[in-house]
Amino acid sequence: MGLPAVVDDSLALRPTLWMRTIHFLRREPLGTFGLALVIIMAMTGGFAELIAPYNPTANDFAAMTEAPSWAHVLGTDQFGRDLLSRLIYGARTAMIVGLSSALVGGVIGLVLGVGSAYFGGLIDLILQRIFDIVMAFPLIILALAVVSIFGTGVQNVIIAITIPLIPRCARVVRSSALAIREIPYVDAARACGFSHSRIILRHMVPNVMAPFLIMITASVGQAVLAEASLSYLGLGVQEPVPAWGLMLQGGAEEYASTAPWIAIFPGLAIMLSVLGVNLFGDALRDTLDPKMRNR
Amino acid sequence: MYLYVIKRVLLVIPTLVGAAALVFLLMRLIPGDVCVIRLGSSGGTFDPKAVTLCHQELGMDRPIWVQFFDFMWGIVRFDFGTSMWSAKPVTTEIWARLPVSLEIALLGTVLATAIAIPLGTLSALRQNSWLDLFVRVFAIGGIATPSFWLGIISLLIVLDLTSFFLGSPWMPPIDYVPFWEDPIRNLSMVFLPAITIGYRYSAITMRMTRSTMLEVMREDYIRTARAKGLIHKLIINRHALKNAMLPVVTLIGIEFAFLIGGLVVTEQVFNLNGVGRLFVQAVQNQDYTLTQALVMMTVVVFVFCNLVVDLLYAWLDPRIRYS
Amino acid sequence: MRKALLAACFGLGLAAGALPQATEAQTPKRGGTLTYMIPADGGPSLDGHRETTYAVLHATAPFYSVLIRINPDNPSSTTDFTCDLCTEFPKPSDDGLTWTFKIRKGVKFHDGEPLTAQDVAASWKKIVSPPAGVASARYANFKMVESVAAPDDETVVFKLKFKTLSFLPALADPYAYIYSKKRLEQDMHWYEKNILGSGPFKLEAFTIGQSVKGVRNPDYYHAGQPYLDGFTAIFAPKQSVRVEAIRADRAALEFRSMPPAAVDQLTKELGDKITVQRSDWNCGNVLTPNHKVKPFDDVRVRKALFLAIDQWKGAQALSKIAIVRTVGSVVFPGSPLAANKEELEQLIGLWPDIDKSRAEARRLLKEAGQENLTFELLNRNVDQPYLIVGTWILDEWSKVGIKATQKVLPTGPWLDAMRSGNFTVALEANCQNIVNPIADVGRWLPYDVEQENFGGFLDPTLVEIYNKMLPETDVAKARVLMRQFEKRVNDEAHQLMVTYWYRQVPMRSYVKGWKISPSHYLNQDLANIWLDK
Repeated sequence: MGLPAVVDDSLALRPTLWMRTIHFLRREPLGTFGLALVIIMAMTGGFAELIAPYNPTANDFAAMTEAPSWAHVLGTDQFGRDLLSRLIYGARTAMIVGLSSALVGGVIGLVLGVGSAYFGGLIDLILQRIFDIVMAFPLIILALAVVSIFGTGVQNVIIAITIPLIPRCARVVRSSALAIREIPYVDAARACGFSHSRIILRHMVPNVMAPFLIMITASVGQAVLAEASLSYLGLGVQEPVPAWGLMLQGGAEEYASTAPWIAIFPGLAIMLSVLGVNLFGDALRDTLDPKMRNR
Repeated sequence: MYLYVIKRVLLVIPTLVGAAALVFLLMRLIPGDVCVIRLGSSGGTFDPKAVTLCHQELGMDRPIWVQFFDFMWGIVRFDFGTSMWSAKPVTTEIWARLPVSLEIALLGTVLATAIAIPLGTLSALRQNSWLDLFVRVFAIGGIATPSFWLGIISLLIVLDLTSFFLGSPWMPPIDYVPFWEDPIRNLSMVFLPAITIGYRYSAITMRMTRSTMLEVMREDYIRTARAKGLIHKLIINRHALKNAMLPVVTLIGIEFAFLIGGLVVTEQVFNLNGVGRLFVQAVQNQDYTLTQALVMMTVVVFVFCNLVVDLLYAWLDPRIRYS
Repeated sequence: MRKALLAACFGLGLAAGALPQATEAQTPKRGGTLTYMIPADGGPSLDGHRETTYAVLHATAPFYSVLIRINPDNPSSTTDFTCDLCTEFPKPSDDGLTWTFKIRKGVKFHDGEPLTAQDVAASWKKIVSPPAGVASARYANFKMVESVAAPDDETVVFKLKFKTLSFLPALADPYAYIYSKKRLEQDMHWYEKNILGSGPFKLEAFTIGQSVKGVRNPDYYHAGQPYLDGFTAIFAPKQSVRVEAIRADRAALEFRSMPPAAVDQLTKELGDKITVQRSDWNCGNVLTPNHKVKPFDDVRVRKALFLAIDQWKGAQALSKIAIVRTVGSVVFPGSPLAANKEELEQLIGLWPDIDKSRAEARRLLKEAGQENLTFELLNRNVDQPYLIVGTWILDEWSKVGIKATQKVLPTGPWLDAMRSGNFTVALEANCQNIVNPIADVGRWLPYDVEQENFGGFLDPTLVEIYNKMLPETDVAKARVLMRQFEKRVNDEAHQLMVTYWYRQVPMRSYVKGWKISPSHYLNQDLANIWLDK
């Protein structure tokens, strides 16, 4: 089973997942708000074809940089593309980039972190150094290298963003796993002849789930922001793919005074989605952390 | 303890060597080179012989392992070579831009810390109040907002507000003068980027302050002190704050290293002649020597901050301190 | 005879589409410091002979003199050459193969040393036949020069191997700074890191990566000039910063060009505090299919690519958001050797009836068996105008069933991909620093002659036409040969010129005296600029 057992003051029985969810919704208003934002973003991205009024890559040279109106609710950009549609499809790109980077980075980080903590010794030493190097390395070079060698495209941006996320996740998981490693239980289990994988999977991984989940939610936000920065520098997703970070590059700054909606709405979208993810992550941490539970 | 210190310091070396090898390799994997960019990016015709000559001048026609050895040997002697783009020494290029970046980083840190610690503490003391809610949202806003977008918007706001109230728009100066030459002009150029960087920095620090204060306040010894009847304020100042500050201080230290990353985009927005912008230029021009030097600089700062933090924690942990 | 030819060209010389600046009959005021911006990061070295980027030119041109140049009072002309260091414009002798220039007396370098014909000859030797280890970026433009010599301190003699219309524009290269022979003899690379000229301004300060400051040269040989006390040039690569700086009067202008949105914004907000000068630009985008990659080795497919694009309407629409405007072919539209509208409309890709054009494109694709053509267009990650033009071209192609996407790379990898032939179709640029049609079209020659043509094709017929055109000095005959050249490039669909760029330079109205030209490299020594403040 995944999460550690909970002793809740108000219930004699061990609470079900449903009850815990209700508990969460009542206790954490901000977190609920955050979760709602995330769900909205996911729904928008998932059902983009149904919601978006226009094709996000259709140029319309007769309607360039138009202010918000009934025809174009959030206005158009310098190619005459509908901003609302681009934002909606951009949610899909943000979701894909954010979730993929966070999940892939998180899982690899989990494996490396737990492995490093469990096996210790030379493996731990070497992995720690590799983590140091990757964490200290500037993202822009990694991104430029990936983009230049493999070309542009969403999957390559995901690769570029995932790489720095791995050591961060691994570090967090490792410090939690180290605490469990110290427990005599593990040594006893080894003495009984349990295999490495059984001990790791059954005892270490479940106990690092909490910080791991929190790390993933934080990583989603970081990934979305990283995509925005890379696109701003011209190294992220490329035209004509709709992506929030890309919408802030080039044209947005050029038209910032005359057509501010081109710059404002994508920035707001990024802010709200990262806000949502982080609020939810915070609330999740508050809920899962035993020390914080009894207030 | 000493054994630990020595071991820990020695571990820095493989990190540095690894980072050097990685940047060397990555830069050379990127197709294109500085000579072609130098001559071809204007779209005009150029003489291919000039490219070959450029390669020879920069030593790029030597075998790769020779170039690598040269680079590593240079690092050991603190000789970072000359920039492939401008042929000036790398140290000259960096030194010329350091004042701007340092000033913004320091100002941003000061602003951030001055706001974050009091607000974070208050927020923890008055948990779940409106102040707490506001601080939490404000802090998360700081983490969620892309700093370059904040920069663009804030510059626009300044321009539009001054245009509205004063009749003509005012913009910070676009060329830098040192503080001692003209403090007003200097500060007027630096305050917006400092705020832009400082916002994110203060947000992270605020959250950390709040959470560590909350943890510390639940500690048993605080409850004991309260039971003993000491004045609330005294408790906070003497016990809680002191213990809460340790993680906060370490965070400030580590985040300072990440500040350089924030500078990269901020300096673009405000046209600041700083190290961040130099870094973008060096990478775009595929100037191997300059990029390598800048990356090593970043890595060294990061590794140093981590080292100090680790040693500090080791000193505080009696198991290590007295071993 | 030559002068008569040139005089005939004067009449045709005004660039089509360029609005000539109305000359004001005001007396220039002396004094003031001009602050302008350079839209780039600091260039590599300071040596104009070896560099090609305008960042270097805008920062250093005010410090130097040149031998001849385009007339600063009539820079939109492509044929109005005047003397800078020479005393009067010479007539060539020896059936046009020898040009003798008399150099002014009394010119001094900024360190006080006199400038003589020896310095002029030494500088030109460096450009035309650089010694081993010294790079001269435009050395290929001077293949016609046999020798440069200074028989005495006041005379410079150029001997040519053959006559050609491309000599004078090449000689008027704005990068052809006159250096000190003494310094060059000490160290051929001295000028890469140092500035020492005889131009209207002396170097006051050079802050790396940030700004260049100059002060008036009191010994300048053009009487009365420069009017300015000094100038400050600030490097500002971000466009939004430049626009806001002009808006807030932190700087008066930048000399390259601004996109239409910025120009509109500035004129709307500042009204008559802003003046805008406009001109066609000797720069354009070139669509280059890689002949070595299937199916672009098939001329029908290449033609179809060109036929699908509606340049006439597209250029008009794009001119509102991008720095493009005029439709043309291999020659800059304002030059006497350029095609007129009727001639352009014969060319593939420029037919006036777009529906007919697209129908033909579809027919050709079907015939070549490429109805569902799908590929990646290689483009550079610069917004203006590469990305905008690229995005538009993709849209145009979709109208004949071609499904293309853009592969956008940063400058370095983009250049490398083209040089190594690692692309299917590329969008590149052709930007020359002075209008020199015969030399400029050398870019369209196959790769056995022009190594920097990435199309990957061979075409001996094209080379033959070019070799006939090069020594032809009669403008009318040269024009006929140019049309043949153009037709050959077009019939074989080797490459297509996609919209010439358009310069719009907004500046604060107090800046006077500067006139726009088709090249952002010309007229940058600031000697004739004055401030009406």
